[in-house]
Amino acid sequence: MTWKGWLSRAAVAGGLALGTLTTTVASAQETIKVGILHSLSGTMAISETTLKDVMLMLIDEQNKKGGVLGKKLEAVVVDPASNWPLFAEKARELIAKDKVAAVFGCWTSVSRKSVLPVFKELNNILFYPVQYEGEESERNVFYTGAAPNQQAIPAVDYLMSEDGGSTKRWVLEGTDYVYPRTTNKILEAYLKSKGVKDEDIMINYTPFGFSDWQTEVSKIKAFGSAGKKTAVVSTVNGDANVPFYKELGNQGIKATDIPVMAFSVGEEELAGIDTKPLVGNLAAWNYFESIKTPENEAFIKKWQEFKKNPKAVTNDPMEASYIGFNMWVKAVEKAGTTAPDKVIDALPGIEQANLTGGTAKMLPNHHITKPVFIGEIEANGQFDVVWKTKDLIPGEAWSKQLEGSKDLEADWVKLKCGNYNTKTGKCGGA
Amino acid sequence: MRRCLVLLLVAWYAVWALPAAAQTGSDAAYARLASDSYADIEAGIAALATSGDPKAGPVLRALIDNRLFYRPDDKALAVKDGAALTDLRTGAAVSPDGFKPVRVNNRLRRAIDASLGTLNLLAPDTATRRSAADAVFKARDAAALPALDTALARESDVGVKRSMQEARAAALLAKPGGASEIDRLAAVDTIQARGDSEALAILRGLANDPAQSVRDAAARGVSGIETRQALMANVQNAWYGISLGSVLLLAAIGLAITFGVMGIINMAHGEMVMLGAYTTYLVQELIRQKAPGLFDWSLPIAIPLAFLTAGAVGILIERTVIRHLYGRPLETLLATWGISLILQQAVRSVFGPTNREVGAPSYMSGAFDLFGLSITWGRLWIVVFALAVFVALNLTLKATSFGLKTRAVTQNRRMAAAMGIRTPWIDAFTFGLGSGIAGVAGVALSQIDNVSPNLGQGYIIDSFLVVVFGGVGNLWGTLVAALTLGVANKFLEPYAGAVLGKILLLVFIILFIQKRPRGLFALKGRAVEA
Repeated sequence: MTWKGWLSRAAVAGGLALGTLTTTVASAQETIKVGILHSLSGTMAISETTLKDVMLMLIDEQNKKGGVLGKKLEAVVVDPASNWPLFAEKARELIAKDKVAAVFGCWTSVSRKSVLPVFKELNNILFYPVQYEGEESERNVFYTGAAPNQQAIPAVDYLMSEDGGSTKRWVLEGTDYVYPRTTNKILEAYLKSKGVKDEDIMINYTPFGFSDWQTEVSKIKAFGSAGKKTAVVSTVNGDANVPFYKELGNQGIKATDIPVMAFSVGEEELAGIDTKPLVGNLAAWNYFESIKTPENEAFIKKWQEFKKNPKAVTNDPMEASYIGFNMWVKAVEKAGTTAPDKVIDALPGIEQANLTGGTAKMLPNHHITKPVFIGEIEANGQFDVVWKTKDLIPGEAWSKQLEGSKDLEADWVKLKCGNYNTKTGKCGGA
Repeated sequence: MRRCLVLLLVAWYAVWALPAAAQTGSDAAYARLASDSYADIEAGIAALATSGDPKAGPVLRALIDNRLFYRPDDKALAVKDGAALTDLRTGAAVSPDGFKPVRVNNRLRRAIDASLGTLNLLAPDTATRRSAADAVFKARDAAALPALDTALARESDVGVKRSMQEARAAALLAKPGGASEIDRLAAVDTIQARGDSEALAILRGLANDPAQSVRDAAARGVSGIETRQALMANVQNAWYGISLGSVLLLAAIGLAITFGVMGIINMAHGEMVMLGAYTTYLVQELIRQKAPGLFDWSLPIAIPLAFLTAGAVGILIERTVIRHLYGRPLETLLATWGISLILQQAVRSVFGPTNREVGAPSYMSGAFDLFGLSITWGRLWIVVFALAVFVALNLTLKATSFGLKTRAVTQNRRMAAAMGIRTPWIDAFTFGLGSGIAGVAGVALSQIDNVSPNLGQGYIIDSFLVVVFGGVGNLWGTLVAALTLGVANKFLEPYAGAVLGKILLLVFIILFIQKRPRGLFALKGRAVEA
């Protein structure tokens, strides 16, 4: 044996010894690596850090149950630092260097779009746990958050109903980026199809992190004084919500006058605000912490124990992460391997009980079925569910409201295509 | 105070009135209230409000406060008072087993507000009657007319009487053709005199009135109010502009010292603001735990502490990093930017990435009406505070020996050193002063923005804009620039939208700087050449 060979063996042995020191798993046993791609610093850290923690909790729990295929799971956590190009770099690192079997991650649509080419090129799986604007279905991505027809459309339906106040006039208020713009385009088309006139719809956009809401709120107030019941549909994202709600409260706009229906405000966001002036304002989600089911109560308890904080809250993207992770585990067990191609084929049709009492099913378009809940903000920062859909709503990758996307269909089982044009009968018809 | 009264009333009913009242038509109302269906509960509210039951008010109040409970098995209703449940029909204390809260949504809240308004029209307290009249006005319910007429006949307070007349007019106009034409015309006049956006909403709703004269009067009223409101919109924009300007001033004024006077490109300035905001958060947390009664004092207490904290961090940064980099602006920029990232991540690690809740003391919440202009107390205090900080800083620089030395060092360092001034210490304390002022700004900004690790990032660019636009090294320039930018922004926003408005403003500043590179108020003299 040469010196070099001996040295490298010694190094491997040393590494193994270190491995046994740092983990409790027996060093000889092989592990399955799972990538976690959530921002732990920068603007998005506020939302994404929680999802990283939830994934660690789920992996830990799965390992206690014996892992997957007899192997332990090992989480590989990277920090893309809210920097979109860095997301692609870190994704490449996870897949090429760490050889992960699947990746759970991303929050903003722009981060998802930036990692897409990497997942396609290296053929891996991404589970995306956040509500988004739709108009996408990729072979390598599984969308466990809501598509617009699972959040925005039912929310508007509720506001139009008698219970929701028979709203006749609409303010679509959003942060200026792709999710609000697409969602508002869908909503505008939907409202017009319901007979709402142009002059009864007002669309406003504000920059990221907007903090001076005085003019915007007084505009809403003026718009709401046309003698018709008015509601605000808010796709305002992230930090800008707190000053928005504070200004609403300060200018005395109550939910009984002009209710605000939000798509991006959850338990986590409310934790930073005094919620008393907000009581009665609405949010549409597929999960609320306040929903009483045994599964949900167990999940909340585990989470609070894991965080060692009895006040830690749970929210919708956390449930989406939970569903995505369990679906992946089931698909791996069904396929008998972690090879991405096999798992991708095994995933459609997989069912997983969600935390609010129904069953989520992975559809051929890589979206899942979800219940939709409308909650009113309560004084304690939780949501009281005032309405829910009777059945589970299947996620639609392509909106039926938009020109150019209503003829498209995504089906990775029969058609093997994410954007099949039913008019021309060709794949790739976007 | 009013809350205490209501609580007292509820307690009084719980003790005395409840046992006596196991009777009448209100039983039917109770049966409907004990339900999980919003439609049933709404019917129950309407029935209870008209039943004449003396408990109606307290029960509705309990319902809107989420203190009304029901037992699905036998439809028993109970009011929660403190921790104890009292059965509504028997007045006996009951155990909470099997009781569920009666739920309310916005639709029910509106119905309850309207019913409570009708019930409270005869309340002994003037303020209660006034808010009752306002609630009835908003509800526009024709069923409230008899109660309004009774109340109007008894009312002696002029203001409340006017509110009631407006409420009566609104109720009259609620149904097209519901009252005689003459009555409706008189009602239109009353509503028009009110002149606010609610009035506008009612008058606009009359476009389909059967009587031509009423339609015309309403149209005249609408155009009258609209003309007035267009005028008010300008006043309002000016006020919003001043308020935004004061926020910009607060954010920038510390930078006017570190960048403006000392010439340090301080990218960590925003993080000093953030430290001030977190100091406020800590002070409030401490007060919440130890002495909740002092909550209204949390901001005055936080101001000096924020100044000291941010100032101390500033001095530390100056002594350890910046003093080695004087005269090298590029390296300073990079180093302070690095420091800003370090501070952000440090705060994120200690306090977590999520927002922290900073509450508003009572004198900073709510709004008041000034000639139809709605001014929020929080914004008003921030304007006052910004000006106070500006004056204090100006006095420090102009009227103290420390200020004299600071100016001497920045204007001619060598000469100042030759006169025996310890220039390194003056540098450190001046930087500390600028940072401390940024910390004080953080106390105010915690009231209107998120207290999160990213707080400072949102202000750093605006701060530099203000200081550069106003003229580097000139405090008055900073004041004028902040107010100009604020007002210009707010006048652009209604027309161009928030996104485009900001872009237009940036383009304007770029053009302006091309024309006058030294800003609005350029410094003249030796310091400029130095």
